[in-house]
Amino acid sequence: MSVIETRDLTYTYPGVTKPSIEEVSVTINKGDFVILTGPSGCGKTTLCRCFNGLIPHFYNGDLEGKIEVAGLNVVDHQIHQIARHVGLVFQNPENQLFALSVEKDVAFGLENFAMPRDEMRKRVDWALQMAGISELSERPPHELSGGQQQRVAIASVLAMQPDIMVLDEPTSFLDPVGAEKIFEVINELNKKLGITIILVEHRLDLAAKYANHVIVMNKGKIALTGSPREIFTSEEARLIGVGIPKATKLYQHLKKHGIRLKAVPVTTEETADLLREILKND
Amino acid sequence: MIEVKDLYYTYPTGLEALKGISLTVNDGEFLAVMGQNGAGKTTLVKHFNGLLKPTKGEILVDGVSTRDVSVAQLARNVGFVFQNPDHQLFSETVEEEIVFALRNFGFEKAVIEKQVDWALNLLDVTQYRKTSPFMLSGGERKRVALASILAWDPQVIILDEPTIGQDHQQKEKLQQFILQLNAQKKTVIVVTHDVEFVAECSPRVILMSQGKIVVDGTAKKILTNPKVLAQASIVPPQITQIFLELADLGLPTDVIDVHEATKILLNRLRKRS
Amino acid sequence: MSVFEGFKFRKVSSVVHDLDPRIKFFFVSVLFVMAILFTKLLALTVLFFIPLPFVFMAKVNRQWLRSLRGAAFLAIFIFATNFIFGYFSPASFQGITPPVDTLVEYLVLLERAAAMTLRFVVLIASFSVFFLTTSPDHLGLALQQSRIPYEFCFAFTTAVRFVPVLADEAQTIMDAQKARGLELERGNLLKRVKNYIPILIPLIVNAIRRSLELAESMESRAWGASEKRTNLYELKLKRADYILVLISVLMLLLAVYVWLYVSIPSLTTLLSL
Repeated sequence: MSVIETRDLTYTYPGVTKPSIEEVSVTINKGDFVILTGPSGCGKTTLCRCFNGLIPHFYNGDLEGKIEVAGLNVVDHQIHQIARHVGLVFQNPENQLFALSVEKDVAFGLENFAMPRDEMRKRVDWALQMAGISELSERPPHELSGGQQQRVAIASVLAMQPDIMVLDEPTSFLDPVGAEKIFEVINELNKKLGITIILVEHRLDLAAKYANHVIVMNKGKIALTGSPREIFTSEEARLIGVGIPKATKLYQHLKKHGIRLKAVPVTTEETADLLREILKND
Repeated sequence: MIEVKDLYYTYPTGLEALKGISLTVNDGEFLAVMGQNGAGKTTLVKHFNGLLKPTKGEILVDGVSTRDVSVAQLARNVGFVFQNPDHQLFSETVEEEIVFALRNFGFEKAVIEKQVDWALNLLDVTQYRKTSPFMLSGGERKRVALASILAWDPQVIILDEPTIGQDHQQKEKLQQFILQLNAQKKTVIVVTHDVEFVAECSPRVILMSQGKIVVDGTAKKILTNPKVLAQASIVPPQITQIFLELADLGLPTDVIDVHEATKILLNRLRKRS
Repeated sequence: MSVFEGFKFRKVSSVVHDLDPRIKFFFVSVLFVMAILFTKLLALTVLFFIPLPFVFMAKVNRQWLRSLRGAAFLAIFIFATNFIFGYFSPASFQGITPPVDTLVEYLVLLERAAAMTLRFVVLIASFSVFFLTTSPDHLGLALQQSRIPYEFCFAFTTAVRFVPVLADEAQTIMDAQKARGLELERGNLLKRVKNYIPILIPLIVNAIRRSLELAESMESRAWGASEKRTNLYELKLKRADYILVLISVLMLLLAVYVWLYVSIPSLTTLLSL
């Protein structure tokens, strides 16, 4: 069942002539974990903004084509209506927290929905727990590390119990350990709660293992779609400049020299296992 | 040459960021400073151009203590590229942005013109000479920021997290460029937690944790030692992880590069067959 | 960036911190009215001691003394102008026949000037207790529950939230420009003002970018979804709050009574008896 469906979506920001995305048609199914990648400026962020109605409602501009998210026609619904179904987490953790304490930030969306206080309290505590930051609930945001701040941002979106969560390069300012934690949290939301995840990411070496689908954009268009294995071994992806994980690269190098592993690995564990097999068999 | 002698630094807030650092960086060396956020990496390198002065201990840049000279004097030899280009870009055009520092250092007009052309060309931003830096993409802004520092041709170049927030292509470009600088005998100091970047550049590495240097050595030695890396919450490069898992098959464990890895595996398989 | 230190908020808990900010404000306002009612040194000295127990209970002695020290210059100025003014137009004082020549007359003048200064000090002392013990979060909530539009309260707390962030950013920008040879202290006055342009522009550009991102994030979290928002927190009056209301009202009544029916002697008259 699809939760996001776009048909020939073309969008031009106000004041410019060149569209930022052109004839984008994608289908995302319920429960998918999708990685959206491609060189900077390829239109990933613009597409994310369409998913929750920031485009066209916040940015105006010229939107053509069809887009339906969680059964809602994005053009006909306001952002706050779509917000019940789609949560958006942004790149810079600092600029999406505006309260003086963590729990107050997590409550922000619910306050906007005018949720009664008791129910809100429960929801906030639940979201903090899911993001693994219960112990930070009263801390001011500026005292937290970037990774912690980003988890607060995730909790504050999660509190609204969306069906879909869109994360726009959530780890690009984090160190690898912080990034890994974010991916683990997201993965749990996907696997345990069945939330559909759309993750915009350059660091495929860390994120690849969680995804079941990869979309590559280039110059405003969808260039490739497929499973991580298909994408990472495609010559086209390499030419576009997708950062192939080293675990997969090793597979390709060996293949070039006539050594074929049984399957295409995307994680170090998979590569190690496949290598072990041929090293022993030999 | 930069000599750090038993350096301590405490922030005005009371935070002890550096606790007894000793280190020598030779001319033409390529050094990566690694460690977790808050380990003191940036605090350390901010001492190299005098932005911070030691609470205790001493830093000598080419034999002169940083206490005795201004940041502007030190900056002439030590260029510092900040993590976020938006913290420095302010001019109406890219050209003006590059002229700024040259004028601060009091270069002659003719020299300024020559250096601007050179720097624009070096970072491949000549076509944006008359463009506002605010109109450029993130990667381009990063290159303009770099050009504005390389323009005065400092001997030492410090880069704080050069690869952060950059896409794959931009990362490769920067990597090539940094290696090229080092090949031209510049001293390059990179603050980073990008292990794959370090694995590919293979510089000397110092690993910091809680204001101290945990270990100092070649990239190959440090990135393949998971015990030491764990102290700084760093995970080894993917290639190393694979070889560590296969250690029981008698493969070497100190492999960080994919080409080297391929060669080792090919040899092994050919020998067998 | 020590200027900003005072604005950094920190969650502290004490009896005084936990008082309802509206009640605390009422209490401080009563002190304010009392300080205006009385002109005698004796009465004002009593008033000065009233906020002291609160300072100790809240354990903010150091910050409180610092704010008093900050007001010292103004206090000296008030004392001097009052004394000089009294000296040149002594007729406005009871018990002085111009010109001022006897010791007693000098003492009257001095006491009067001291009383005026103390009045100022009382105001600073009591208001600083309020601001030192009220978290911005609490204050925002109090504003909101006082029926001030939510947009305004939100703007207030958000502004406070970003003070430390902007302070850090300003410092980073300053460092980045210094690293390019900018010397803020160089040149004549005009040049010095111009030196700040490379700092102000990135600061402003980043602030604009930041506010756009904030707006985007607020929209995405259903800003404006319903006419009447709810709030995670609620201010509820507790026993301590009622006690403080009672104390404040009693103080006010007593003060009015004394003001109407009791004539407070001045120190000079007391001593010269």
